[in-house]
Amino acid sequence: MSSAPKSKKASAVACEFLPERELRRIADAVLRLAKSTAAEETEVHVDEVANALTRFANNAIHQNVAEHGLTVSIRTVTDGRTARATTNRIDEDSLRATIEASLSLAHSQPKNPRLLPIPGKQRYRRVNRFIKQTAALSAEDRADAVRCACDLAVKKGQVAAGIFSNGQSQSALVNSRGLFAAYRETHSEFSITMQEGSAASWAKANSANVRAFDPQKLAARAGEKAHLAVNARELAPGRYTVILEPAAVLDLVGFLFYDFSATALADKRSCLNERMGKQLFGQNISITDDVYHPLQQGAPFDGEGVPRQRVVLVDRGIPRNLIYSRAAAKAAHKQPTGHGFALPNEYGEAPMNLVFGGGDSSVEKMVASTERGLLVTRLWYIREVDPYEKVMTGMTRDGLFLVENGQVTGAVRNFRFNQSLIEMLKNVELLSPAVRAAGEEAFEMVVPAMKVRAFHFSEVTKF
Amino acid sequence: MWDLCTNALDTAQLRGAAYADVRVMHLRQRDLTTKNGQVGTLSQNESIGLGIRVLADGAWGFASTDRLTRDGVAACAARAVSIAKASALAKRSEVVLAPEQAYIDSWQSPFRKDPFEIPLETPLALLLAADAEMRRVKGVTLTETDMQFRKIDSWFASSIGSRIHQRKMISGCGIAATSFQGQEIQKRSYPNSFGGQHALQGYELVDSLDLMRNAPIIAEEAAALHSASQCPEKIGTLILGASQLGLQIHESIGHPIELDRVLGQEANFAGTSFLTLDQLNQLQYASSIVNVVADARLDHGQGLGTFAYDDEGVPAQCTDIIKAGKFRGYLSNRETAHLVGLDRSSGTMRTESWNRLPIIRMTNVSLLPGTWDYDDLIADTNDGILMETNRSWSIDDRRYQFQFSTEIGWEIKGGQKVRMLKNPSYSGITTEFWNSCDAICKLGHWTLWGTPNCGKGQPMQTMGTGHGASPARFHNVRIGTAFSNQ
Repeated sequence: MSSAPKSKKASAVACEFLPERELRRIADAVLRLAKSTAAEETEVHVDEVANALTRFANNAIHQNVAEHGLTVSIRTVTDGRTARATTNRIDEDSLRATIEASLSLAHSQPKNPRLLPIPGKQRYRRVNRFIKQTAALSAEDRADAVRCACDLAVKKGQVAAGIFSNGQSQSALVNSRGLFAAYRETHSEFSITMQEGSAASWAKANSANVRAFDPQKLAARAGEKAHLAVNARELAPGRYTVILEPAAVLDLVGFLFYDFSATALADKRSCLNERMGKQLFGQNISITDDVYHPLQQGAPFDGEGVPRQRVVLVDRGIPRNLIYSRAAAKAAHKQPTGHGFALPNEYGEAPMNLVFGGGDSSVEKMVASTERGLLVTRLWYIREVDPYEKVMTGMTRDGLFLVENGQVTGAVRNFRFNQSLIEMLKNVELLSPAVRAAGEEAFEMVVPAMKVRAFHFSEVTKF
Repeated sequence: MWDLCTNALDTAQLRGAAYADVRVMHLRQRDLTTKNGQVGTLSQNESIGLGIRVLADGAWGFASTDRLTRDGVAACAARAVSIAKASALAKRSEVVLAPEQAYIDSWQSPFRKDPFEIPLETPLALLLAADAEMRRVKGVTLTETDMQFRKIDSWFASSIGSRIHQRKMISGCGIAATSFQGQEIQKRSYPNSFGGQHALQGYELVDSLDLMRNAPIIAEEAAALHSASQCPEKIGTLILGASQLGLQIHESIGHPIELDRVLGQEANFAGTSFLTLDQLNQLQYASSIVNVVADARLDHGQGLGTFAYDDEGVPAQCTDIIKAGKFRGYLSNRETAHLVGLDRSSGTMRTESWNRLPIIRMTNVSLLPGTWDYDDLIADTNDGILMETNRSWSIDDRRYQFQFSTEIGWEIKGGQKVRMLKNPSYSGITTEFWNSCDAICKLGHWTLWGTPNCGKGQPMQTMGTGHGASPARFHNVRIGTAFSNQ
C-alpha cells in the first residue's frame, strides 16, 4: 500500500467541481430549450473534468499544470437526420445557439433510413470509483513525492523524469425520452524513468485510488532496473523466447480491441473476419470486456446511455462474441451490449474495459524457467503493419535484459519487433495473474505478464 | 478578451509572479465524414477558455479555466502562482528566459473561402459523390471520406507588455478505399493517409484536390494490390513519394531537433534524442545536397506550422536545421535558447488549446527542393523501388532506428515503373539513411504536407506540423523487413 501523504491542502482539484444536480440542471435546460425548436428528439451530454499534473525531469519539476473544463454536447434528431454540436459555454443564449447548430448540421444531410429513435430510461449497476483522497491531492503533495523520488535518483547517481497526476471527472447523459445516466470517478498516475548514463528503466502505475500505489517503490524499482541496464550488449536479431512484463503485454494486445467491434467486422477491417468461432489463439487465452471488474475504470453506460454488459470475447483461444452498439445490433439481429460511441459516428462501438485471464506464474518464475530469452520491461511506438494478420512493429525500451539458465545475466540493446499478435497469442507458455497495467500505447487494461516463445525481433538499434 | 488577460496578469503579479503570460483561445471545429455512402460523423465543437503560465520562486506553474468571469480568471491566475511555488519545492536551478521584445499586433492567416460560411450541403455532396465513385470499383469493400475545418482565435498577453491576436483557418480533406480479399486487407488513400492533406487554408484546399478524378484511381489501386507481387526483401535503391518523405522528415529530423527532448525533459514519455549538444555544427547529418529548415513564416507556405508569433510571444522565424548536410540548429524556446549559445528563442512554443501549456513543437520542418525533374529521377534509376503514401511508422525513443511501410510500391527497372508491389516497407538508421540521399526533385514537385496528429507532452497534446518535401532517392536502404518472418 501507499505511503502517499495526507493532503496538505484541500486542493482546488476538488473544490471547483459542480454537484451532480447542477449537471442535471444544465442538461434539463437544454431539453427545455430544444422543445421550442424543430428537434424531435434531443440527447445531452454534460462532462466536467478537473485535472492536475506535475512533470519532472533532470531531478526537478519543470512543468506543473492544472485544468478545469465543462462541456455540453447536444445531439438533435429531426426528420430522420441527426448531428451533434458541442460547446463549453453554458449561458442560455449559447446553449440555444448550440441546439440550433446541431439542427442546422442535421438538416444539411440526406435522410438516414437506418437511424434509430433515441433510447428510453435504463437501469444501471452502480460502480464506486470516486476516492476523495485522490481528488484532494494538492500540488504540494505531488511536489513532495516527486522531490523524494528525485532525491533517491541523486543519491544513486541517476537522473529521474516522470509525472505525478491526479484528477476527477463526472458526466451526465440525459435525453428527451427520460433517460438519465450519471457517473464520476477519480484518477491518479505516477510514472518514472530513471537514467544511469545512457541506460534507463521505467515504472508506472495508475488507479482511481492514489493510495493503491507507492511512488517511492516505483522510483526504487525503476532505479534498480536502470542500474541493471548499463553496459547493454548487442545481440543478433531473430526469434527469442520473451518474458513480457504486464505493461509490454498491454501495449501490444491493446491493438486488438477494435477488432471485436461488430461494425469493424461489417466493414471488413477486423482481423476476426472469417475467424469467429475458430481456434485462433492458444487455449490459455481468454478475454472479456468487463467495466465492472474491480481493477477497471469507466462509466457503466455507453455513448447513447445503454448499460454496459460483461461480454466474453475470447474463450480458451476461440473468439466467441462481438460487442454491439444499438445500430450494429439491429443490423446483425443481436442485442446491444452497451459499447456504442456517442452518435453520430462511423466506427460504431469498441470494448474499452478488456480483462485478460491470467495464470499462476510470475515474472520471477518465468525467468527461472527460461534457458535463454529476453525480459522486456516496456514497448514503444507500436504501429500496425498488417491489419489482417495483425502484424505489429515497435521497439523495446527502458530495460531489455538477457535471461540465461534461469537468471537475468545482463542488459541488451533495444530491438525492433515485427510480430503477429495472432501468432503471439498462440505461443504463450506461461501467464501471471492479471493486474491493472499502465503503458503508453493502449488505454489501461487488466492483463498478465506472459512468457512467449519465438517472438520475432527484426533489427537492433544503437543503444 | 484583453480585459480578461489583464485581469489574469495583474492577479499573477500581485501574488508574486516574476513573469506571466496568458492565452485566451476560442476554437471552432467542424467534422464531416462518410462511410460506404452514408454520412458518418457530422459535428461541430466550440471551446473558449484561458490558460496562464507564471514564473514564481524561480519555477513554473500553469492553470486554465473556462470560467471567464473576473473571479474565475483571478482564481485561475492565483492557482497558477500557487502551483509554481509548489514546483519550487523540487527545483534544481532558476528558470532563465532569453530576452524578447514586447509586440502589439494582430494577424490573420490568409484564406479565400471561409469553410464555416459555405453551406454544409456543398462539402457533404462532394464527399458522398467521391464515396460513390470509389464504391463503383469491384473489390472495394470499405470507402471513407472526411473533411475537417478549424478556426482558432488566440489573444496572447504577457507581463513584458505583448498583446498579440492571431486568427488561423485550417482545413483538411481526404478519401480512402479499402479492399478485403482472401487473407488480406489493402488500402489506398488520397491525397495522403490518415485524413488526407491539411493546411492553413480555407475551403480552397478542398477545391484544389480534385477528389472526383482521384477517387476511382485509388479504388482501382486498392483492389489491384491483392494481385500485385510482394515487395522483395533486399538492400537497394529507394525513391520516396513526397508525402511519405514528409513523414520521414517529421520522425527522423523534426523530433530529434526538439531541444526539450535533447535536454531530457521528455525522457519519461516522448523520449530523448541522439542529437546531443556536442553534435551541433559537427554532425554530418545527411548528404551534401540535403538542406532542411524549420520555417514558421508565411513566406514558406500555408502549412500547419505557419504563424506570425509562437505561443510564447516570439515572432515566426526560419532556422537552418541541416545545411549542405551538416547539422546546424535545434528548435528552442526562451528557456532553452541559451543552452545552445543562442541569445534568442527560435520561436517554436505551441499549444493545442487554452487548457494546455505551450511546449517546444515543430513548425514547418521542410526539406528544401533539389534540382531533379521527377521523370528524370525515375529514368535515371536502373533498379529501385518507389514507395508512396504512409501505412505505418515507428522509430525508437532516441530517433536512431526507424521502420516505415507504405500503401503502395512500384518496381523500377531500367528507368521505368514496371510493376506494382504490395506491402512495401523500409527501415534504417537515421543518419545513415539521410547520408545516402543522392537526388531530390525540384520545386515543381514540392508540397508542404500537413501532419495533423503529432502527439507530445503530458498531458498529451496533439499538434499540426508542416513538412515540405519533393520525391527523393536513397541508396543502400534495407527494404521489405516489416514482412520478413525469419
